Amino acid sequence: MTFVINSVLSFKNRNFKKVLSLLAAATLIVLTGCGGSDSPAPDMVVEPPPPAPVIYRYEISVTNLTHAQPMSPIAVVLHNEGQLWQLGQPASNALEMLAESGDNSGVLAESMVLAGQSGMGVLMSGMEETITVSIENTMPMMLSVATMLVNTNDAFSGINAMGLTNMEVGEIISMQTSSYDSGTEKNTELMSTIPGPAGGGEGFNEMRDDVDFVTMHSGIVSQDDGLTQSVLTSAHRFDNPTLMITVTRME
Amino acid sequence: MKITNLIAGFALASSSMVINAQQVEVTVTNLTQGIHYTPFLISAHSADMSLYKLGQAASAELQMMAEGGDITGLSALLTNASADIIENPAGGLLAPAMSTTAMLDTSDGNTHLSLVSMLLPTNDAFVGLNAWEIPTEAGTYTFTLNAYDAGTEANDEMITGGGAPGAAGIPVAPGGDGGADGTGVTSQELNATVHIHRGSLGDDDISGGKSDLNNTVHRWLNPVARITVIVM
Repeated sequence: MTFVINSVLSFKNRNFKKVLSLLAAATLIVLTGCGGSDSPAPDMVVEPPPPAPVIYRYEISVTNLTHAQPMSPIAVVLHNEGQLWQLGQPASNALEMLAESGDNSGVLAESMVLAGQSGMGVLMSGMEETITVSIENTMPMMLSVATMLVNTNDAFSGINAMGLTNMEVGEIISMQTSSYDSGTEKNTELMSTIPGPAGGGEGFNEMRDDVDFVTMHSGIVSQDDGLTQSVLTSAHRFDNPTLMITVTRME
Repeated sequence: MKITNLIAGFALASSSMVINAQQVEVTVTNLTQGIHYTPFLISAHSADMSLYKLGQAASAELQMMAEGGDITGLSALLTNASADIIENPAGGLLAPAMSTTAMLDTSDGNTHLSLVSMLLPTNDAFVGLNAWEIPTEAGTYTFTLNAYDAGTEANDEMITGGGAPGAAGIPVAPGGDGGADGTGVTSQELNATVHIHRGSLGDDDISGGKSDLNNTVHRWLNPVARITVIVM
């Protein structure tokens, strides 16, 4: 945008009136370019242009591979330290909230997050969504992704602290992910405890009545396979993997 | 001629030095929420050896391990074959989400890594890494392992204390979360070869039903273990 104004100013001596109208046009362009920020005074434009920010941008494409387990809005985060979960360790409160209710706001607000992005909404079985996340001037070292299988008590799937340091622009990494149990809610499969459409029950509850450490998930039992109290049917059963995720570094 | 032989000899010596006396750190993590592992047997052995073959009947020694967690048979087989062995690095059962680490100094020619342990409570399920070629390049290698069925015992899912080869039933549910008085899921083993385990069924009746296993606790999905190998 500074370039536009500089070139406009170079016309100044030739035709003052013309310059004025061009300046007005330039201001308009600037306004559009800045998305509504303060319009710069013309005397500020003699400042040298700031160095262009270095942008690191990644596209994360996620496909739901399950038969009938909608995925809660997907959380995508860039970070340089920490992990969203650790096997054998208690889930963080943010992860518990995501795994029990599908609410990803806590995960996106974790202090380690440099840049985070949520998916548009629930990702139904067989559907694919591409989420873009970017950051300026700081090369992110790790990518994590998390989403809840909503017709469960506290199952989630995703990527935990995948290294990005050696990933080059244009490079594509594809993987299939398994499902984890946050260990914060017993897998009762009761209607009152399944927040997804199969149950319509409670999501997050801060009480932890299960083993209180993260493991791989053992799958849904369902009423069709011997858990009489379950609101789930054979349709909600799943096996690993549950997601296909393709990460592309765009710039 | 002599010089050529010397050079060839030297090349041979240096290439064998690459594969001899490796130091390997092996870490196994139990990825399940409700399964315990019996004492692990970790070994480095020659390329022509394996503890089992998928699609083939289990050896009597593998059966001992898979049905009762007894690794003495496989351990003796490996010792006779000059393998390097670590027994029971966890000092007992490996509980859900726990890890155990062992250092293995491999002898010349013991280029392949194997690891086995029984899943409890099951009739004859085991986790296995079978004759994985140890990389010669130093580094950290991480991968996951699946659960196999030894194919030697019917998966009746009855907790009877039966751990001896050929004895029906499950030895024990270490979590203290097993049931009793089930009628038995099946009395037959229809696949008598080593194969991917179909998983336990379980039921929701602690004192009856078909199974003595709890269907919300004792099931699993693959993978069931993670192994990290650090080649020094």
